[in-house]
Order: sequence, then C-alpha cells, then structure tokens
Amino acid sequence: MGKIWILVRKEWSEVFRNRFVFFTTAFLPLLFTALPLIILYTAGASGDWSGAVGMSDIPPGFANLCDDLDAQGCMQYFIISQFMLLFMFVPVIIPITFASYSIVGEKAARTLEPLLATPITTFELLTGKILAAAIPAVLATWISFGLYVLGAFLLKVDPGALKKLFDPLWLSSIIVVGPLLAITGVSIAVMISSRVTDPRVAEQISSVFVLPVIALFIGQTTGLIFINEQLILWLAFGLIILDAVLLAFATQLFQRETILTRWK
Amino acid sequence: MKVGTTNVGSINLSMAKSDLIVLKNLSKSFDKLTAVDQLSFSVGAGEIFGLLGPNGAGKTTTIRMLGALIAPTGGEAWVNGHQVGQDDRLIRKSVGILTESPGLYDQLSAERNLAFFAQMYDVEDVNGQVARYLRTLGLWERRFESVASFSKGMRQKLAIARALLHEPRVLFLDEPTSGLDPAAARLVRTYIAELKDAGRAIVLCTHNLDEAERLCDRVAMIRGSLLVMDTPMALRRKLFGRKSVFHLNGQAAGFVERVKSFDFVNAAEAVENKLIITLADPEKYNPKLVRSLVEDGAEIQFVGELRHKLEDVYLQLVKQVEKN
Repeated sequence: MGKIWILVRKEWSEVFRNRFVFFTTAFLPLLFTALPLIILYTAGASGDWSGAVGMSDIPPGFANLCDDLDAQGCMQYFIISQFMLLFMFVPVIIPITFASYSIVGEKAARTLEPLLATPITTFELLTGKILAAAIPAVLATWISFGLYVLGAFLLKVDPGALKKLFDPLWLSSIIVVGPLLAITGVSIAVMISSRVTDPRVAEQISSVFVLPVIALFIGQTTGLIFINEQLILWLAFGLIILDAVLLAFATQLFQRETILTRWK
Repeated sequence: MKVGTTNVGSINLSMAKSDLIVLKNLSKSFDKLTAVDQLSFSVGAGEIFGLLGPNGAGKTTTIRMLGALIAPTGGEAWVNGHQVGQDDRLIRKSVGILTESPGLYDQLSAERNLAFFAQMYDVEDVNGQVARYLRTLGLWERRFESVASFSKGMRQKLAIARALLHEPRVLFLDEPTSGLDPAAARLVRTYIAELKDAGRAIVLCTHNLDEAERLCDRVAMIRGSLLVMDTPMALRRKLFGRKSVFHLNGQAAGFVERVKSFDFVNAAEAVENKLIITLADPEKYNPKLVRSLVEDGAEIQFVGELRHKLEDVYLQLVKQVEKN
C-alpha cells in the first residue's frame, strides 16, 4: 500500500492545487444536493401537500415501497429517492475527467518516464491513479448526502419519508455501490488513458461510460426499473468482481514500452 | 581487477569485478527497425562512459534498456549485478536516470517533487536527502516555489537531484547539460566529476563532444551498432595518428622533404610557418627531428602536439559510416 498511497497523495497535491478543479469536484454533488431540496421546497414540503397529491400520482411499482406512508409522504419519498440514485452516480461522473488524464496526461507532461523509472509496479501505479481519482468524488458525494439529509430535515419532510433515507437500501447504495461504481468507471477511464495518445480522446471515450448510468437513472425515473435490496446486493456483488477483473485487465493492458517508445 | 574476458564480435569485452554495467550483444528491435544492434561494453565503478552518436543512433534506447524501462529483444545486460529483463524492479531501485526531458510536476514545489520521488525510491531520510540535494544544486532558496516558475536550467538541476536522491551506484544521464547556461553547465559538469570520484558508474549520453571529452574516461560511438570505443585520446590517435607541430621562425615548406627522409616519419606537411609531422612515437623521435632541423638552419620557436578534438573524430567516423 506504501507506493500506492504515496502516488495518491502526489496526485491530490497536484490536482487540488488548482482551485478550479476543487470547485468542479464539489460543484456536481452540491448541485444534486440543492436540486431535490429546491423541488421539495417549491412542491410544498414546508407547506401543505394535502389534497394536492394522491396515491394515483405515484408510479404503482414505487407505491409498494411506501409501506404505511400516506400519499404526501410517499410522494416526498418518491422525489427523494429519484435523487438518491444520483448520489450513487455522482462518484462515477466526477472522476472520469481526472482519470482520463491520469496516464496520457503524465505522458503529455513528460513526467511518465521518470515515474516508470522508479521501482513502482504497474499494479501500484494503476491502483494509485484509480484511488486518487475515485476517493475525492466518493467523499464529496458522502458529504453532499449528509447535507441532503440535513436539508430535508430542515425542510420538515415527512418523518416517515425522512426515515427512509436511512434505509439499508439507500445507505448500501451510497456507501457501497457508489464507490464500487466509481472504481469501475475510473478503472475504465484509466485503462483508456493508458491506450490512447491524446488526453482529449481519453476524455471523450471515457465519457461514454456515463451513458449506461444515465440509462439506469432514466429507467428508475420513468418507473421501468425499481431499485430494491436484491438488485443492490447483486449490483454490489457484480461490481466487486468486475472491479477486480478490470484492475487485472488494466494491469495486463498497460504496456510500459509502447507508451514510452511509440507515443509522441 | 580483471576476472574474465569474453570475445563478443570484434570486441574484446573484459569484465572486471568492479564492473557495474555489462552489456553482451544487447539488441533492441521495434518491428522491422533495429534500434540497437549487438551492443557490448562494460562500465566500471568510478568511471564515466560516454555514449555518443547522431540522433536516432540508439543512445536513449540503450539507456532505457539498462534502466529496465524497456526490454531488450536480444543479448544480455547486467546492471549492479542484476540481469536486465529478470530483476527489473531491483534495477530500477538501484539506478538513477536523468531522462531526456526533466519531467517534473509543474504544479508542485521543488521540495515536493523531490520528496515524492524520494518516497518512491524508499529513501529512509526523505527530508534529509531532499534538503541535501536542494542545497548541493543551489535550489534551496527556491524550494517552496512551484516548478512551473523555474527556468530550464533550474529544472535540469532539479531533475539531476531527483536521479541522485536514493544514492544510486549507477547513473544514466541523458544530455545532462542540455539547455543550461555556461555557468550552470559548468556546475553540473563539476558535480558529475565528483559523482565519479565517489565511485559511481556513469553512462553519459551527449551531443556535446567537448563535454564528453572533458568528462568521459571512455567513449563509445554508436549508430545502431558500436562503431568505436576507447578513451578519447586513444580514439584521436587511432584515427588521426600522433602529430607534432614545429613552429618555425619563417616559412616551413623548405624543410618538408628533409623531414620526410626519416623512416620514422609517417607524413609531413607545411602550413605557413608550421611543420606538421605525423609520428608513431613523438616522445622518442621529436628530439631527433629538432636536432636535424636546427642543423639544417631552422629556427624552432616551440614544439607542440596537434590535438584533434573528439568532434573531429566523431565527424570523421560519421563520414566514414555514411560513405559505407
């Protein structure tokens, strides 16, 4: 873990020296925190919803998850849950750009050769790059989630709906699946970064990975997919395996020699 | 102390116990292009070995192979007792490389740059070593400044410090004084000479032949394969022979035929008041020539040795290769 951690700290001190990068990392999670709170507020979370919302307004599949919540509470829970999904995806979206630059960026800055000349292994190098990109995004998401919960509490959301935020379903989504998804996305981006010769190409290709994530979000919003405990469990299990496979694959795919001699 | 001798092609490669770098027919091909072809030499502790050649001659590829950055496609090499291709991590840990480009992290300070690499090389006293080399190379006062604000020369010095942080016994320096002003280049050259005195084996790639001549104990001229290898002085003598210059008071042309009559004189020519005589052994024959010229009425102002520069040797060899 020694060299991985050394590399992670170097990456952070390099990247976050740029205040703009710091701002862009924090911007998306904060936006996704503010948006639902604004919706809840304007939809009357702080006022009276009675009469305005009925159970018929809620997608039937989702209504089953509301247990003993009334229509107002169920609608608030519905709004909250749509954005809860975003907290799972934010750690995927934020670090893609950093990860895309990780290898090809070092090559472009001519810092890769001195780095590869050290006794660092390919596994340590890639793991360091992956963690350096994923950890800040995950932390920013968790902090935003905390702010989200606090905001919902201050807006006097139905206590039943508020309690649902701490449902094992959502907690495991944010605490386990989110980081695993982040590692998946970042691993793919780092892998692409080690295969292309231009940072812009790496970013463009990596951004395609966000599409399935967006599809999942649309599926949930339109009621085509309902995330439940079982799905989360399978997702987590699948992602653990996928991440391990991706890291092994990325290590195999990383050609020190090609990167040093063929890239100009 | 010599411990073995191996005939490698036309080169008699002697391996000594103190040899820290040994190459035997080391080759590297990229698809159909042979970048390095059967290169063989050895470098001992306390020796500076110059690798000279035109662009694309395979100098950087050779250094990269020896630094375990890329794998050879043929032959064998040992660095610090570790075999290239088998103990690559140990090789990387025990050598210092100054790459063609300084390759520093612009956003980080000089101190942070060095600290990062010191940690990567498992240096025990990170702060101590960083401070030591920052002071040695005159960067201490600017240690907290971002490298982005550094001049090319300062970057180069910082890159040299980076290559030395873990006190490697073997150093590969690719164009160490490139881009440095004369004062900084002199500082770096002096420092490289000190490193040699500390018992390190140094391979120096350079286009600066004057620098190679000043610093290197031996040089190899390569163009894919090895063209020649020896001390700069021996190379000069091999290619141009040894020449004595007699400065006369008056035109020298009248003495050429007389000088040529000696069987130990290989060639003689007159250039204004100078008589240039090619001899196998000037120390032995110069006194005879002085006596003879004085007897013939020549007024000798002084006698010296005509020294061809390494640059002349280099250009002559390149010309020969191109001709072939």
